[in-house]
Amino acid sequence: MLEELLFQIELGLPQIVLGLVNGAFYALLSLGLAVIFGMLNVINFAHGAQFMMGAFVAWMLLNWVGIGYWPALVLSPLIVGAFGVLIEKTMISRLYKLDHLYGLLLTFGLALIIEGIFRNQFGSSGLPYAPPEALGGPPVDLGFMFLPKYRLWVVVAALGMSLATWLVIEKTRLGAYLRAATENAALVQAFGVNVPRMVTLTYAAGVGLAAFAGVLAAPIYSVNPQMGSSLIIVVFAVVVIGGMGSILGSVVTGFGLGLVEGLTKVFYPEASSTVIFVIMAIVLLARPAGLFGRA
Amino acid sequence: MAEPLLKVENLQAWYGESHILHGMDIEVREGEVVTLLGRNGAGKTTTLRAIMGLVGRRSGSVRFEGQELVAARSDRIARAGIALCPEERGIFASLDVTENLMLPPKVREGGMELEAIYALFPNLKERARSPGTKLSGGEQQMLAIARILRTGAKLLMLDEPTEGLAPVIVQQIGRTIREIKARGFTVLLVEQNFRFAQTVADRHYVVEHGRVVDAVSNAELAGAMDRLHDYLGV
Repeated sequence: MLEELLFQIELGLPQIVLGLVNGAFYALLSLGLAVIFGMLNVINFAHGAQFMMGAFVAWMLLNWVGIGYWPALVLSPLIVGAFGVLIEKTMISRLYKLDHLYGLLLTFGLALIIEGIFRNQFGSSGLPYAPPEALGGPPVDLGFMFLPKYRLWVVVAALGMSLATWLVIEKTRLGAYLRAATENAALVQAFGVNVPRMVTLTYAAGVGLAAFAGVLAAPIYSVNPQMGSSLIIVVFAVVVIGGMGSILGSVVTGFGLGLVEGLTKVFYPEASSTVIFVIMAIVLLARPAGLFGRA
Repeated sequence: MAEPLLKVENLQAWYGESHILHGMDIEVREGEVVTLLGRNGAGKTTTLRAIMGLVGRRSGSVRFEGQELVAARSDRIARAGIALCPEERGIFASLDVTENLMLPPKVREGGMELEAIYALFPNLKERARSPGTKLSGGEQQMLAIARILRTGAKLLMLDEPTEGLAPVIVQQIGRTIREIKARGFTVLLVEQNFRFAQTVADRHYVVEHGRVVDAVSNAELAGAMDRLHDYLGV
């Protein structure tokens, strides 16, 4: 019995590692959503579309301007973040005094429009985007599997970006402004902080995180207009499980659920695509504010 | 005579459809401690919030150092040199004591140095790493006052700093207000307790139904007790 279990684990280790790679995307995307929700109280349903835009901007930079992967990793989040500034300034900022539902409906509509435009322009079959040369070549031997270098990089980059975001929010003066404004924005503004500008830049930063994840995803998934919408539903489940607005919750839950998904593929593959939603239902029943959220 | 540091004329303020201030007129000269006395709901807190730009709609005139601020956003008002210590204290739960203390940006030179603030409030230094809301009520009030001392704001508006505090803490707050006055700060204080107010203030305005109905200097206060009892219902 034990031997059988160990054998199954050994067979399943690659799935677990791949689950970690998926978890990296869950973590990055839910982190952006958490940053935006914490500050703006807006459930950014356009996050998947902005993730997709990140991948497409990287593709455009390469194919139209000849700019490769590494500069795109910086440029694409900046470009998509600037688009976020435009969206926040012209549309989202008008909804802050209304119920959360309006923000959700607006961003849902935006997601459909953005996706439609890209589908119309680029079709839905997907466009190839090669990983950078430095991360190509033979896969890394982990002992129990060969892992393409690029996938290893995705996990490292997601962890690094999550840590950097956490450090900015928890350990810097800007982060203190953000945390305080999440509690009482009017008072922070009455101390002399330009809160409206901070809100705009926070939205841009959250959108930039989605675009960063999009660039990371481009060489793994083909660059296509639906790549965000298929992922975003799972990411929303991750956010609900972690707790809306919790930075630490997003990262831990993102990677954790990636692993759980991987493990489920080993032990009960039929449930692998639903396990996250089952966990979400249980967490909502037992702890509605999420595992790391404040009630 | 030089223009007062703060001159409020015919200030009207609304929360949604509710008209709260019906033409407030007050003046605060540099270096003074001035109180707004009045019953609950008279409009004292709303006056401070309206000066700070924290009400939905306002009209009239709020001039600070000669500069009109009635249409300005609250962050600009803060940067002009006015700071508010709100009634509910506004200590942030997700920030520790030091982070709370260092949160308001410096708006100009002339604020107190951190060491001087710690000398005035030694408890805050001892509890530097505690979450802000784990402090006692008195310590939270000290933190809320300390926080606006280092920004360089010239006019400090304190909203009921003694509310709900033990007498020994109230005395300490009184000493603090006298100390900050001695350091040259100007204070606009909202109080319900005029016995406390008379120990720290130079002048008093009595507020009723969103307007000033009387003004008494501290020297005249003893002779005006009957009037004050009528106004304040005590």
